Amino acid sequence: MNADVELDCRGMTCPKPVIELNKHLTDVEPGAVIAVVSTDAAARVDIPAWCRMRDQEYVGEDQATDGTPRYLVRRLS
Amino acid sequence: MTNGAEGSGRPTSAYLDSASSEPLHPAARETFQAALAQGYADPRRLHGAARSARLLLDNARAVVAECLDVRADEVTFTSSGTDAVHRGLLGVAKARSRHGSAIVHGAVEHSAVLHAAAWGGEPRPVGVSREGRIRHDEFVEACNQREVAVAALQSANHEVGTVQPVGEAAAHLGDVPLFMDACASMGRLPLPEGWSAAAGSAHKWGGPAGVGVLLVRKGVRWANPFPGDDRIDERSTGFENVPAALAAAAALQAVVAERDEVNARQFALVDRIRAAAAEIPDVEVVGDPVNRLPHLVTFSCLYVDGEALVTELDRRGFGVASGSACTASTLEPSHVLAAMGVLTHGNVRVSLTRDTTQDQVAAFLAVLPGIVAGLRAEVGQ
Repeated sequence: MNADVELDCRGMTCPKPVIELNKHLTDVEPGAVIAVVSTDAAARVDIPAWCRMRDQEYVGEDQATDGTPRYLVRRLS
Repeated sequence: MTNGAEGSGRPTSAYLDSASSEPLHPAARETFQAALAQGYADPRRLHGAARSARLLLDNARAVVAECLDVRADEVTFTSSGTDAVHRGLLGVAKARSRHGSAIVHGAVEHSAVLHAAAWGGEPRPVGVSREGRIRHDEFVEACNQREVAVAALQSANHEVGTVQPVGEAAAHLGDVPLFMDACASMGRLPLPEGWSAAAGSAHKWGGPAGVGVLLVRKGVRWANPFPGDDRIDERSTGFENVPAALAAAAALQAVVAERDEVNARQFALVDRIRAAAAEIPDVEVVGDPVNRLPHLVTFSCLYVDGEALVTELDRRGFGVASGSACTASTLEPSHVLAAMGVLTHGNVRVSLTRDTTQDQVAAFLAVLPGIVAGLRAEVGQ
């Protein structure tokens, strides 16, 4: 899936990937997708949880070109 | 730490981690000291000192049986709650090995269950709801598949407090025996119906550490999964810690006698913490709000580092646990929170002791919002 913005959070530990996501959400327009590339095991749980708490849409997980997990979020508001 | 500080001014600190270990109950302390002088000998021997030790051990077993409403010959003292879990789960599985090696278990079981299942069988985890309750239909379906040796379901969750529907699940398992990890609730809540074997841990109810309780119901087949020993009880191994077992029994007796009053008080205090924590912006209070253990609550704070939160609370005198990855040696987040799909960072578990006061809870709640706001400000949130 194409992301309009991709955040490189490799090497960051929780809660930094979620903080980066929150800081950069408005880099994309509502309806667009922002991706978080993260090596942090907690991101797999925390990014969907953040979406639920902040009323954004968690689209799913795929992989960056180097195989690092990538979490996709659609900005709703 | 100054628990129970009424009359000595407003408390400014509290140990709020009883779910990791409850302070020794006063009833256990007295019994422990007396039993140290009486219970040193090997209870298997045939001399007077041995008979004294044996008497104390039998007494401890009888008291525990009465408190838990089981038979004395269903009670085994082990060297820890973890040891009781291993022996209970794997011993029932081994006795059923001709049926298969699969161990069906809830995804939010204690790590002692998960490690035992991985070590001694083929683990088949079953998911939970957002509140941490087992998905009943999926659990029953998994248990009715082929080659299932044993099913494992905790009485209540040790991290979020949610009580599991053990009796309801057990009624649908057919011939598959249910092992119940009751470490989080033993003494605090009556045991549910329907289990074949169960485990408890004395230091979780105010007994000394180093004493676990394994229960195997009469008629349930159990085979030792570990090297055998030549003790009084075929399910145990190693020299019995007689004074500690008796102290554990004394604590259990006291806790059961006090629990109506203590549980009601703790339940209301936890309600107060749940409400106050939920008032802080972007804080998620997790676990079942009603059908839960009386003494513990878990919540997670968005954008907050769990380790920093625990450290900051400790600096103010409040000792709490955390399921956040940064506080774990493995750097993995709590598998319980992950299975529930709730936020794992900025997590704290608050668990009350039997004498935690309203003033201590108020003091904790007075500092919490400022600490959360301060830690968020440090990261620009």
